[in-house]
Amino acid sequence: MLKQIDPNKQRVRICLGTGCRARGSIDVLKAFNCEIEKRNLQIQIECIQTGCHGFCERGPVVVIAPKEFFYQKVKPQDVAEIVSKTILNGEAVSRLLYTDPVTGKKAVYEYEVPFYKKQTRPVLINNGRIDPTNILDYIVIGGYQALAKAITTISCEEIINIIEESGLRGRGGAGFPTGRKWRLCRKARGDVKFVIGNGDEGDPGAFSDRSLMEANPHSILEGMIIGAYAIGANQGYLYLRAEYPLALKQIQTAIDQAREYGFLGKNIFNSGFDFDIKIIRGGGAFICGESSALIASIEGKMGEPRAKYIHTVERGLQNKPTNLNNVKTWANVPLIINNGADWYAKIGTAKSKGTGIFSLVGKVNNTGLIEIPMGTSLKQIVYDIGGGIIGSKRFKAVQTGGPSGGCLPEELLDLPVDFEKLTEAGSMLGSGGIIVMDENTCMVDVARYFLDFLQNESCGKCVPCREGIKRMLEIVTNITLGKGKEEDLELLQELAETVKDFSLCGLGQTAPNTVLSTLRYFRDEYDAHVKDKKCPAGICKNLIEYLILDGKCTGCGVCLKLCPQKAIQGEPKKIHQIDSSKCTRCGICRDACPFEAIMIKSDVN
Amino acid sequence: MACDLSEYIKIDNILENNSWEESALISILHEIENLYNYLPAWALRYISEKLNIPMIQVYGVASFYDAFHLKPRGKHLIRVCKGTACYLRGAAQVSEALEKELGIKEGETTPDQNFSLQSVRCLGACALAPVVLIGERYFDKASPTKIRSMLKKVQ
Repeated sequence: MLKQIDPNKQRVRICLGTGCRARGSIDVLKAFNCEIEKRNLQIQIECIQTGCHGFCERGPVVVIAPKEFFYQKVKPQDVAEIVSKTILNGEAVSRLLYTDPVTGKKAVYEYEVPFYKKQTRPVLINNGRIDPTNILDYIVIGGYQALAKAITTISCEEIINIIEESGLRGRGGAGFPTGRKWRLCRKARGDVKFVIGNGDEGDPGAFSDRSLMEANPHSILEGMIIGAYAIGANQGYLYLRAEYPLALKQIQTAIDQAREYGFLGKNIFNSGFDFDIKIIRGGGAFICGESSALIASIEGKMGEPRAKYIHTVERGLQNKPTNLNNVKTWANVPLIINNGADWYAKIGTAKSKGTGIFSLVGKVNNTGLIEIPMGTSLKQIVYDIGGGIIGSKRFKAVQTGGPSGGCLPEELLDLPVDFEKLTEAGSMLGSGGIIVMDENTCMVDVARYFLDFLQNESCGKCVPCREGIKRMLEIVTNITLGKGKEEDLELLQELAETVKDFSLCGLGQTAPNTVLSTLRYFRDEYDAHVKDKKCPAGICKNLIEYLILDGKCTGCGVCLKLCPQKAIQGEPKKIHQIDSSKCTRCGICRDACPFEAIMIKSDVN
Repeated sequence: MACDLSEYIKIDNILENNSWEESALISILHEIENLYNYLPAWALRYISEKLNIPMIQVYGVASFYDAFHLKPRGKHLIRVCKGTACYLRGAAQVSEALEKELGIKEGETTPDQNFSLQSVRCLGACALAPVVLIGERYFDKASPTKIRSMLKKVQ
């Protein structure tokens, strides 16, 4: 059956991940198919769609195998040239290559691009190489071998030992040792057990779970089947976020194909082991990333968590022993079975093994999906892989762990990224967003942003979280409006600590992290808002003014025409002025001014 | 109340697809939302009766999750991403400008039922930040000055 895939054939791999798709990669794929048909090249060339290659900033991304030519920002009109030059003659199309902004050097092949060169990608490596809709692609690269090996040659206990020895910890955020969880679930009393894959990636600014589900769904399924076999579960659930329609489609296709090939269903590999997976679509609630809330949601209820002393490994879904892991955790399992526990344990730091997958976003040049060994420093991530800050702005902070995490300042850029170090510094690893902030980011407003998010997402079950977050939001909002009092900061600190200590579930316990970390590292910004009624970053509208600079304004009238408030006055070719009492600080004039003559008041001096 | 019997048959089919199971409530609501673009009150009452789930529980679930809407939505659904990456790159300004242009607030629909404006937590397309999704069409690097041309393109 594998004859259908010829390794020597030239393959055009087009990224159809959400980022590239939004930039028109479907049209590029169509153009390739047309061109190949027009020139009758179907025998020599195969054109496949892949999931996210990771380098979303440069999409649509196209890679030509076997040589791995790497093209970025490809448009349908580039396709004819790529076919003539690269596919037929082996030459690169220079203008589509990635140029390193530091050295000015062009990278011809994918492995030469600095963004990829500085990563270690055992989990993500196949994301850009296989067609997620074709199980044969996954099988050709060694897919389902780990499953065959595990079921036919290793005992259940031994599989759990291997996972435990590898040091794999949960990728969902808390970092609980995976092997230990499996063992607890295996030992728990009950004939019926469940495994769950958590793909309810609710963190704003994180898309690593989505990319993995879209690009390599079989790796997740394979991990889940191995886990279910080791634990003794016959039914699995994959809980998917409502906003991820493409991931839903790819996972559904993958499950259907796995059933067809006998990897799911009755008597897998003639071992007598039965297992199947059902997809559950979430409803778009951040709290459902929490295990007990997610389980309530699968049961068709509101996603409310329950107290932690009832362990889901003993009483989870339908009160039966349930093992829940993040989809990234599951995707690590086949790698460990194939390569051994020692191989995995060699990657990473003493307590955090393996690699971490992160979406690197915000004010950074190379937005994208990255995979790095645990222990890589924040500096390497932001500068070596991320290519530094956009424009000539200064770095201010990096936020990890989504709304549950914290903001870390420049002094901590050398901090190695692992479970312990980030928690010690007042943040957390979380589910995989690394958000870079520059000098134009107001840290008080960032705290307000996350509190606003969290108070919307708080399920309302326990008082500290429901009321505490709301009150914190009120205080921080007042500060951003210039109505803050000095004693507010003390109250804010006290409230934050109370919410952290007394909330029922992980959402509430981690909710104050952004407030606590910004109070700890960016106290001066709070002071500037409270004491001087100034927003140093120029974000908080009540504390800033827009000004037109005398030396730069040419009186062209663009801003005057666009201002929705009619707050700008001036004669043609004479310097214009903004009436601050009418101005709503919407920023349209500043965006539109061709001469960069409009500044925020704190910038003027 | 829906007056047409055929509408109830559609709901029956959805219930049948989900084996009339109480635990499939979220999946059932997704399918009804797909059908009508919101959850009509009569449909909620009907499934409450048919599945023997108290209405308060059906309403609880329907109002708990962001994916469900209790009011009809416009022809074009505008979703402004308010994820962290988009927020940092100015999503709030984009949303405000849209509110002004359309004369509605977030979560509302224009009186002519043409546009609904909604903010979403994260579309996961952070490289395009700030991103606005109108129907199925993505608009990357959105800014208040681009609003009018965006709206024109989808009409």
